[in-house]
Amino acid sequence: MLRGLSLIGGTFSPASTRTTVSHAIGLVAGVNDGTMHLILFIVFAGFCLAGAINLLLQTHPINSALSLVVVMSSLAVLYLLLGAEFLAAAQIIVYAGAIMVLFTFVVMLLNASREERTMGSGVARILGFPAVAVVLGVIATVILRAQGMGSATLSDPITSTEDLSRVLFRELLLPFEVTSVLILIAILGAVALARPGNADPARADRAIAERTGK
Amino acid sequence: MIPLNWYLLLSATLFSLGVVGFLIKRNLITVFMSIELMLNGVNLSFVTFAHQWHLVKGQIFVFFVMVVAAAEAAVGLAIIIAVFRARSTLAVDRIDLMKL
Repeated sequence: MLRGLSLIGGTFSPASTRTTVSHAIGLVAGVNDGTMHLILFIVFAGFCLAGAINLLLQTHPINSALSLVVVMSSLAVLYLLLGAEFLAAAQIIVYAGAIMVLFTFVVMLLNASREERTMGSGVARILGFPAVAVVLGVIATVILRAQGMGSATLSDPITSTEDLSRVLFRELLLPFEVTSVLILIAILGAVALARPGNADPARADRAIAERTGK
Repeated sequence: MIPLNWYLLLSATLFSLGVVGFLIKRNLITVFMSIELMLNGVNLSFVTFAHQWHLVKGQIFVFFVMVVAAAEAAVGLAIIIAVFRARSTLAVDRIDLMKL
């Protein structure tokens, strides 16, 4: 029995050696590709986390805004690693460009100064932080235990803008048009809210006086 | 070869950092930035799952989230400007008229 097994093993050994060699070559090629992907992921995920933590630690809003730009730009690289090239470009243009310019513009317009550090209210300290820790722990456990998740490599197919727009402008044309109405309403709302006569300090003071009865 | 779980873990971490920022930041603009951070964390998991299931619709969802985030930023910052005009402060501790 043992001899038979070893004989079979002996008969198959040349073929298995060849497959092993070709497998090893493929593995080496894959490792090169994979190592590059690993390095890119670690570097930009590190940038992302460092920017997010810096956002929390900085006291001046303009520093927080610049950290957020770092987070959004490194997220664009991560999107590119996942094959979403259109979203990477849109992330840079819309988030890191338009939205963050709006933020820095408002910070400078309002001459925002350093915030005083209070480390949150009592409710935030007692309920908030444990809740965040628990939620993150549960999500991390579920994610790390999830089976059947694939892996990302640099040779994965990239979702082209053509594929994206084919779905967007055929199947999802109505939602796309509705978003243009949403943007229009947002513009009108922003203009109406930020108009000077809208938030009259004297009127606000009168309202406060009425409320508090002074 | 990166398991997609890592991307999801990064996304969850970004979201949690956004929640923590929402709780500890005392400046109205920075609180708003933390919300943007949360939106970005969610977007990353959308893109990851779009890659996992080879579906384009996940990426289109991110596109819509970006549109809504842009509209939200415009209206939110306009509200911040209006609040600053009325109360001349951005500290959330001093904007407590509606607090119980």
